[in-house]
Amino acid sequence: MNSHAILASTFLAASLLAVPSVAAAAEINVYTTREPALIAPLLEAYTKSTGTKVNTVFLKDGLPERVASEGESSPADILMAVDAGNLVDLVDKGVTQPIQSEVLNAAIPAQLRDAEGNWFGLSYRARVLYAAKDLDLTSFNYEQLADPAWKGKVCIRSGQHPYNTALFADYIAHYGAEETEKWLAGVKDNLARKAGGGDRDVAKDILGGICEIGIANTYYVGLMRSGKGGEEQVAWGDAIKVVLPTFKDGGTQVNISGAAIAKHAPNKDEAVKLLEYLVSDEAQKIYAEANYEYPVKAGATTDPIIASFGELKIDNKPLSEIVGHRKQASELVDKVGFDN
Amino acid sequence: MDQPASISPKIDRSAKRPGSGWLTFSGVIALVVLLPIAELLLEAVKGSSGLWGHLFSTILPAAMTDTVILLAGVGFVTAVIGTTTAWLVTAYDFTGRRVLEWALLLPLAVPTYIIAYAYLDMLHPIGSVQGAIRWMLGYDSPRQFRLPDIRSMTGCILLLGFVLYPYVYIPTRAMFLTQSANLIDAARTLGVSRRAVFWRVALPLARPAVAVGISLALMETLNDVGAAEFLGVRTMTVSIYTTWITRSDLPGASQIALALLLIVVALVALERWARRRQRYASDARRSPQLVLQRVPAWKGALLLCAGALPVLLGFGAPAVYLVTEAWKRYQFAGLSPRILSEAVSTVTIATIATVATVGFGLVVAYATRVRPGAKSSWLLRFSTLGYAAPGTVVAIGVLIVLAGLDRFIDRSATAWFGISTGLLFIGSGAAVVYALVVRFLAISAGGIEAGLSRIPGSLDQASRTLGQSTSGTFWHVHLPLSKAAISAAALLVFVDCVKELPATLLLRPLNVETFATHLYGEAARGTYEEASIAALAIVAISILPVILLSRVGRSRASQPAIGSAGVLS
Repeated sequence: MNSHAILASTFLAASLLAVPSVAAAAEINVYTTREPALIAPLLEAYTKSTGTKVNTVFLKDGLPERVASEGESSPADILMAVDAGNLVDLVDKGVTQPIQSEVLNAAIPAQLRDAEGNWFGLSYRARVLYAAKDLDLTSFNYEQLADPAWKGKVCIRSGQHPYNTALFADYIAHYGAEETEKWLAGVKDNLARKAGGGDRDVAKDILGGICEIGIANTYYVGLMRSGKGGEEQVAWGDAIKVVLPTFKDGGTQVNISGAAIAKHAPNKDEAVKLLEYLVSDEAQKIYAEANYEYPVKAGATTDPIIASFGELKIDNKPLSEIVGHRKQASELVDKVGFDN
Repeated sequence: MDQPASISPKIDRSAKRPGSGWLTFSGVIALVVLLPIAELLLEAVKGSSGLWGHLFSTILPAAMTDTVILLAGVGFVTAVIGTTTAWLVTAYDFTGRRVLEWALLLPLAVPTYIIAYAYLDMLHPIGSVQGAIRWMLGYDSPRQFRLPDIRSMTGCILLLGFVLYPYVYIPTRAMFLTQSANLIDAARTLGVSRRAVFWRVALPLARPAVAVGISLALMETLNDVGAAEFLGVRTMTVSIYTTWITRSDLPGASQIALALLLIVVALVALERWARRRQRYASDARRSPQLVLQRVPAWKGALLLCAGALPVLLGFGAPAVYLVTEAWKRYQFAGLSPRILSEAVSTVTIATIATVATVGFGLVVAYATRVRPGAKSSWLLRFSTLGYAAPGTVVAIGVLIVLAGLDRFIDRSATAWFGISTGLLFIGSGAAVVYALVVRFLAISAGGIEAGLSRIPGSLDQASRTLGQSTSGTFWHVHLPLSKAAISAAALLVFVDCVKELPATLLLRPLNVETFATHLYGEAARGTYEEASIAALAIVAISILPVILLSRVGRSRASQPAIGSAGVLS
């Protein structure tokens, strides 16, 4: 190919890349930190039933920065994120707008959405204990993670991961910073290996004999045991049992995945319709079946794998309070050298 | 080097000094690259209360120590592997040498986060390697026997070293092939053994090349977050990330990033200062090729094995692993229809970014040629700063600058013409290209400058005397003579663009997915098995340029840059 041909095809491809910025009618633009594979089935189902095209871009860190700096020119209609903290960050950055929707308010329990209507939880997951199958263990408290009886037997991902800072922030909500620091130091002493990897590595490492217990999210068990990740992962999932831990004076720590309407949403009405669809029976079923999350809507069924863990008692500390302790939790992680 | 124009001051006063256009253009490029970094500076001065107090009293000492150990370790490993393999293929003749020559580049195709994950999985107690060992030893459970965990500083240093050593191998081998040959032959004539030649002549002469290679490898190391996270190593880069994401403190993150940038710049300056008195000029005449020493078959086999080891560890093993995993995935779930559009996006973005990066690099490098002096060399150094700063943070700087520009254009267009342009730069993908240029200009400008510096100044003077303008000299003399260096830079940049993650992830338009962002999306939710096909695709796309890269080196070896210049004189 000569250089002209290369140039020509380059520009051709470049023009294909460009997305028309002035969206035609019945399109919704979604900026999401939820991985594409998790929300694609929901959005496809929506497009199928309404004909409305949904454009997405998967962002991870920097979603608030991107929407904020795009300002009033931003094409974003819906901002989706995991972790209540990230949703609150969006509100703090001033990139969301409050909406009132009877449908959303009726479907989502009050503690899983913003009182002002800035963000809405669409599904939730719990941070639970994975234990080696042969362990004689049927109940567990988060407090026990620091118990010297578990020395050298605990696996967990980085203490700075949002899943963990949320759990530690919940601990602060229960006991205050000082107690939490002591507890974190105790957990650190009990680690079988450096804090790191992902949640599934906890199951894998338990199977590999590196540790006996660990902390991870509920939906990974569904993903592993269902065989969606291949046969090997079924073995990881089967190597563990799930115990729903609680705080001594509370319940199990949960976190949400949720969404907000962007402040300058060009297609606001369409966007609200999509959010309302996401709490419909059909969509909540997809959340439960495809992603193994707990549906937010009362009465929607949970996947059998997840239901087998037993009755979940959600912790009594509200998400909005927990979110306020995140920064402190992250600083405590550094202070006790949790990840070192 | 003399300025030809300074010979006749009379004409000089009335006419523009030659090369002014190049210098101006180079200034514009430096400015464009510096903008995002200046933006970070603005962000940093917003201030972050109590950050440094917290950092100093908690993780900074440990993170700093870890960073230094990691850099020293990776520097050592890449230097040892890079220089010895380069010497192996340029000094000795043995069966398989020609294959080894290009195979040694293959680890470039494997991103750091992929090699980390592949080894973590292979060497896990329930992985294939330990399974086989247990089977041989007669154990049946990992609880009875298992090897030490790879998730450690040592593991991280070795794995990064295995994939980053080509950054040292490439320039060092080029140096061995051209500059040192005369002196090496002289040393040989004086009875110095081949091994002693390596230590006393070849290696000291190749020092600038080795230094450049190591600094590239170290900057790649500083940029890595993925491998460090998999392997549980807490570097300063991870601290930047934590400060920004977990504590929502962008000013604080910018401060740490800029501090780190200062340290990198200081280190590079220190190295330059340490060899300030040394000159490495080459002879204008065609330098004879280093004569390969034929070794006995058994010794040749030994050399081949030694040279093949880094290729097997840095490319072979992870590639076999990826092929197996991708095949398993394919059998299980088939091929995602997304793959095709992802391939198009990946190649398109990388191609456009490479053309831009190399074009700008050429201007910046050429400006130092036609207007040598403090001004042009400072511009060159400024325009390469984007490589020394962590990619995640540079991406934020680019975002703020371009989004601001986009909004300005949109507002103006709406006010004057009543048409909303939307986000021109971000919406079209130009933002991604801009960020990639900022990140990788160092590779192209540095490589092309090195290539240009091998062309003797007498050629410029001859060409100018014969009536060519500066631009004419560029088109007819320098461009043809530095083709090899330019292609090599282009290929390296292309591979880096394919592997790049943070900027592409943050800045791409709606509905655009590349292999790297797809891979990250799967990795972020822990479904690595679904990412195996994308991971394999990244490696596969990168192999072709890597092989081309080796051919560039080879043609330079058989036909040194100076060779064709004979026509002119």
